[in-house]
Amino acid sequence: MANKSVIIKIKRQNNPTSNSYWEEFELAWHPGMNVISSLMEIAANPVTRDGKATTPITYDSNCLEEVCGSCAMLINGRARMACSALIDNLEQPVKLEPFSKFPIVRDLATDRSVIFENLKIVKAWVPIDGTYDLGPGPRVSPEEQEQAYPISRCISCTCCMEACPQFNEDTGFVGAATIAQVRLFNTHPTGKELQRERLSALMGDGGIQECGYAQNCVEVCPKDIPLTKAISEVGGAVMKQAIGDLFRR
Amino acid sequence: MAAPRIIVIGGGLAGLAAVIKIAEMGADVDLFSIVPVKRSHSVCAQGGINAAKNLKGEGDSTWIHFDDTVYGGDFLANQPPVKDMCEAAPGIIDLLDRMGVPFNRTPEGLLDFRRFGGTLYNRTAFAGATTGQQLLYALDEQVRRYESEGKVKKYEHWEFLSAVLDGNRVCRGICAMDLRSMEVRTFPADAIIIATGGNGAIFGKSTNSVVCTGSAQSALYQQGCYYANGEFIQVHPTCIPGNDKLRLMSESARGEGGRVWVPKAPGDKRDPKTIPQNERWYFLEEWYPKYGNLVPRDIATRAIFKVVFELNLGIDGKPMVYLDLTHIDRKILDRKLEGILEIYEKFVGDDPRDTPMKIFPGMHYTMGGLWIDFKQATNIPGIFAAGECEYQYHGANRLGANSLVSCIYGGQIAGPNAVKYARGLQALPDGNGVFEAEKKKQEDANSLLMNNQGTENPFRLWQELGELMTKDCTVIRYNKNLQQTDAKLVEMLERFRKVNLSDRTQWANTSVAFTRQLYNMLQLARVIAQGARMRDESRGAHYKPDFPERDDKNFLKTTKAYFAPDADEPKFEFEEVDVSLIPPRPRKYDAAK
Repeated sequence: MANKSVIIKIKRQNNPTSNSYWEEFELAWHPGMNVISSLMEIAANPVTRDGKATTPITYDSNCLEEVCGSCAMLINGRARMACSALIDNLEQPVKLEPFSKFPIVRDLATDRSVIFENLKIVKAWVPIDGTYDLGPGPRVSPEEQEQAYPISRCISCTCCMEACPQFNEDTGFVGAATIAQVRLFNTHPTGKELQRERLSALMGDGGIQECGYAQNCVEVCPKDIPLTKAISEVGGAVMKQAIGDLFRR
Repeated sequence: MAAPRIIVIGGGLAGLAAVIKIAEMGADVDLFSIVPVKRSHSVCAQGGINAAKNLKGEGDSTWIHFDDTVYGGDFLANQPPVKDMCEAAPGIIDLLDRMGVPFNRTPEGLLDFRRFGGTLYNRTAFAGATTGQQLLYALDEQVRRYESEGKVKKYEHWEFLSAVLDGNRVCRGICAMDLRSMEVRTFPADAIIIATGGNGAIFGKSTNSVVCTGSAQSALYQQGCYYANGEFIQVHPTCIPGNDKLRLMSESARGEGGRVWVPKAPGDKRDPKTIPQNERWYFLEEWYPKYGNLVPRDIATRAIFKVVFELNLGIDGKPMVYLDLTHIDRKILDRKLEGILEIYEKFVGDDPRDTPMKIFPGMHYTMGGLWIDFKQATNIPGIFAAGECEYQYHGANRLGANSLVSCIYGGQIAGPNAVKYARGLQALPDGNGVFEAEKKKQEDANSLLMNNQGTENPFRLWQELGELMTKDCTVIRYNKNLQQTDAKLVEMLERFRKVNLSDRTQWANTSVAFTRQLYNMLQLARVIAQGARMRDESRGAHYKPDFPERDDKNFLKTTKAYFAPDADEPKFEFEEVDVSLIPPRPRKYDAAK
């Protein structure tokens, strides 16, 4: 294993409007490396493979255990979290690129705040009366909990949006993650008070109808959230409400 | 009169709990966070949240929770606020339940509870093994609701640099930096709440997230806030060693029946599953028959150190022991622990349902922090603190699953007290001079870094800091080493003056932000090292082999550090601990309390 090395190619961009360029780095291999630990090594010694001094890479990261949703990027072309991308499992050279469907901040950091705006649009919360001591919440069966919990583990990483062929400026599609949250809150005993508003928000342009059932979302989701199932359930509810509204006019 | 304006810094559980209370009271809130608040470090909390709901017919009570917490903290915590927290805990669980947290349930649809370290009761409510994530999301959703109503304004990707203090040393706002444009700006406020978490980064690798540098606390300490009990650092017994961080393997693994062991024969190279029961040593169960694998973290960590370093029984001669879940039904593991099993699988590559995990202790929690009174107020008027960044609730050692409750409780106390304080505040008489001055000071600090021509790489300096602090300021402490540590810190602060940024651009420059944090880490590290040096006893997480006993006569006291700007170093005072409710007694876990 002596002198084994790791080659990493990184697509860089200094600011949102400048041109992109590639830089290549060579690191000494050691066990347990992942993409983030490699980026940390580059920061401590920012020199390219051909010996040119450069700047540390800008990227988003925080928890480094795939639960905060920060470090999403394209790794060998696939949308995924960088912290859990173990170097030993990646084909070399390892190619790192920023997400392509979100505004670039710098290097591998992108502005993915659109997901938080989408969560506002669908009112992804339980409308409680207040934070005063009002006694326990509604009873929930273990079966209901086991349905809700996997969806509630969504880390808003936006991998599902990056991978979706329908998620682009033309469609304005909200994306799978947000639709799954509608499924989560519409089945909560108190959350469902806002059911109609959430479904209405998913009607029309950019709404659930934009989904083309490519199923890329489920494939890239790092938390294995049943996204397509949620989309089809919410899609049915949207359809039902739309038809109902038609007759009520 | 205009509604008071409160600034909250930090969007983890404590910060968000404060924001919700403030918005509910009709005040305006500006919320500052380095990362989008939904990505805060609270998401890493795994095992659960404590509250004596007594839903298992065990006769649990908030008083027993209080006693367990004070005893677990080796009597260093002021008791009245701990008692109030334990009494509030069941109501906090109810609130989270109403907010929609998908807690695990009993067949009847009630909340399920499991056992955690340092108690004999099933008192920990949980949502799989990602409880912190689920709690943070619940609060994040409520804050988003207020945000969409215009009651909260978020400043994400902004970093707190300093407080703006007027001529009377009253806080009038903050100075912060936009981490994208690198713009330095001041923001006026009638009161501010610091909720910036722990300081794991001082130890290099820890279970903490990247943002947990302690930088904000250190900046405030250098501006005159007292920093209390800095020497109390929790090392969690069960972590997965890694290059970039130590990943937590939750205490809930033991709460659900996980067992810690090593092969009895040193250097045994067999596959752990082929080692027969009688050739395994379950040392925690043998040494602590009553609590077994669920002794508090400081006790378990020292036991593992003893087994590995004194008895040389680490797995394959390396600093590792087994944490074994393989005897537990896979369905139960999936239902209750999936989140952490997935972490082990993804980062190590083995399935802990099939093979015992290899774990070792790692820096985990900051018991010390900004000194506050019982209203969460620091000694500087207008500055409040809540969550891991303050020192109030855990004494010399925190019990598992008490952090989430202390964060939410602290935020709920800090918020209303900040509003009350702000309503009684006199307007600043002399205009904007103090804002301009603070802004200039921080801009100057940035340009100094940008233009510095030296030889020190800040990231490498940080690695040295981490190795130094982990070696001499964590599990086992000797005065000689602590003295040398402080001398080395002084040397590193000197070297910091020769720091050279490899990035001098004005956009999303992570080197500038990091290097500023590094300076604050170095200053705070001295508080930790010197505080540990001075405390000649062993209490909770603070252990000195040369002083193995707790010494209530001399050290039943809160350590209070303050910064002496002229000397550029910490000075210390000691304050009596309020033990008015439970008289201190010896802390032993080899028998029931």
